[in-house]
This record gives sequence, structure tokens and C-alpha cells, in this order.
Amino acid sequence: MASRKTSHPNRDSEDKYSILLPTYNERENLPLIVWLLVKYFGESGYNYEIIVIDDGSPDGTLEVAKQLQKIYGEDKILLRPRATKLGLGTAYIHGMKHATGNFIIIMDADLSHHPKFIPEFIDKQKEGNYDLVSGTRYQGNGGVYGWDLRRKLISRGANFLSQVLLRPGASDLTGSFRLYKKSVLESLVERCVSKGYVFQMEMIVRARQLNYTVGEVPISFVDRVYGESKLGGNEIVSFAKGLITLFATT
Amino acid sequence: MTKLVEWLLGVSLVGAAWALVSFDLLDLSLPQTYREVAWPMPLYLLVSFGCFSLATVGYRVATFNDCDEAAKELMEQIKEAKEDLRKRGLKM
Repeated sequence: MASRKTSHPNRDSEDKYSILLPTYNERENLPLIVWLLVKYFGESGYNYEIIVIDDGSPDGTLEVAKQLQKIYGEDKILLRPRATKLGLGTAYIHGMKHATGNFIIIMDADLSHHPKFIPEFIDKQKEGNYDLVSGTRYQGNGGVYGWDLRRKLISRGANFLSQVLLRPGASDLTGSFRLYKKSVLESLVERCVSKGYVFQMEMIVRARQLNYTVGEVPISFVDRVYGESKLGGNEIVSFAKGLITLFATT
Repeated sequence: MTKLVEWLLGVSLVGAAWALVSFDLLDLSLPQTYREVAWPMPLYLLVSFGCFSLATVGYRVATFNDCDEAAKELMEQIKEAKEDLRKRGLKM
């Protein structure tokens, strides 16, 4: 990348990026992800806000979020909590209601998605005026850390099956590290009915249906909580059900 | 058209062409070689696709990037972040 300029030409742009962070029991990770976001957005000069959507975490995530608000300012850290654990789709809708950005970034709050890729997402989006930019673990120098052979096999196998059945035009369907134009995310979320991994797949498939353009950026996915990884039989079954549903209805 | 319908359409068309040639449904009196080649085609194609799938997934698993530097970098940044946040008054 070119040398960093001391002035911030990006700040004059009218673009603003709202980052949606749905959290559940992320008391330890939330400060770290916010620190990283502030660091990389600060360096890039883009306007941003971080919207924390906490689903009534019993571990005190919301209290930590309030502390972060005091440290970084209420214009940068917005809190949109909910009383109980509800779905991801509704979290996005809830978070977007008061978002003042014209772009929305969705990502995981557990540090598996690294904010250093966000400037790359933004560059990519501007390059092709893409309606959405998706982080991919499967192409270029994208990749994973902390996955054993079994998990890699299941991941690649499931992705291959999805590619054959759905031909979605994007390499990483279940990824949840993405940048959307706000209007695009709004129109997609109201059309999507699935849950979990399949929800993210459905978003991309419906985006293609509506002729939205999709750009891709390779990302590294660092899995630190592999010990508690939830890729068991139940997950696989619900993925298969979701895939068949998408195959039959889109 | 949903993907399911696309597939059913595709399979029907190919199936019809295969049945036509293999069983000479229109009495076209095609050469015997055509029928001999066409008859086992569905099985050949299925097996070929199976092999292609295994090879592709196998290749992709083998070349799945492991991001060791990314993990290291993250560990260091976590240390830096914790220190900085402590200075700014965050109580963990």
C-alpha cells in the first residue's frame, strides 16, 4: 500500500461505514475487537461507527460495551442491546435501524475476523462499485488457523456441494465477514428466512438472484475457540436441510 | 426457475436423448456402435463425476492455507490492545 499520508483524504469522502457486532458472551473479546477496529479505521481515515447488538449476555458484555463507549465516545460506539438471544437476521435489522452509515460491515466479534481486512474490503468495493464484498477463506491467500483435517474436509466438502447445487458465483458461501451497501443489506435481510450458516448462504444466493454484484477479498480466519467448536452432527444435518431448501426454492 | 427445476429439466433432456439412442425409440436404425456407447453413459458420467468430486475436494483440502502468521500477529495485537485499554481505564 502507498505510504500513509499525514492528512486524511479519506475523511472528506461522504462514505460512512457502520460495523454491526452481534454479541453473546463476548466480554473478553469485545474490547479487543473494538480496539482493532478503532486502530484500522483510524489509520485509514474513513468515517465509521461500531454498533454493538448484545442479546442479554449473562457474562456482562453490555457493561464492558458501556465502558468502551466512555473511552471511545458515543458517536463511535453505539449500543443496541436486546433482552434475549434472538436470530442473526433480526440482529442485523435491529442494528441497521439507527445506523448512520451508507455501508454496513458484518463480522464476528470473537476475533476470527480481523479488522485489518476492512480497508481491503473498502478498496475492493470502490474498485467495482460492488453491491457487496465477501471475505473468502478459499481463494487467493485466504485461509484458516486452528482447523484440523476433519474440519477442513467438512468445510471444503460442504462448499463443493453448495457450488454444484447452487452455482452462486462466490467462493465462500458460509462466511460472515462482509461489506454491504446499506440499501442492499436491507433488501436482502427482509427476503431471507434461514438460520445460522444457511442464512449467510441465502444472502449471497438472493443477492445473485436480484442481480447485485459481488466482489471477493481473501481473508484469514483465526479460530481461537476451536476447543468449543460447534461443527457436530446437528450442525451438519441442519446445513444439509438448509442447502436442500435453498436448492428447491431459489 | 429454481435450481431444482433447472436440474430436473437438464436430467430429463439428457435422459430422453439417452433413451432415444440406447433403445432406438424412434426407429432411427442407428448403427449398433452408437447404442453400445450410449447405453452405459449414465453410469460412466456418474462415476466420472464422483472421481472429479473426490479429486477436487481432496486437492482443495490439501491446499487449504494455514494462516500461522495471522495467528501470531493476532496474539501480539491482543497483548498490545489489553495494555492500551488498561491505560485508558478499562476494567476487565
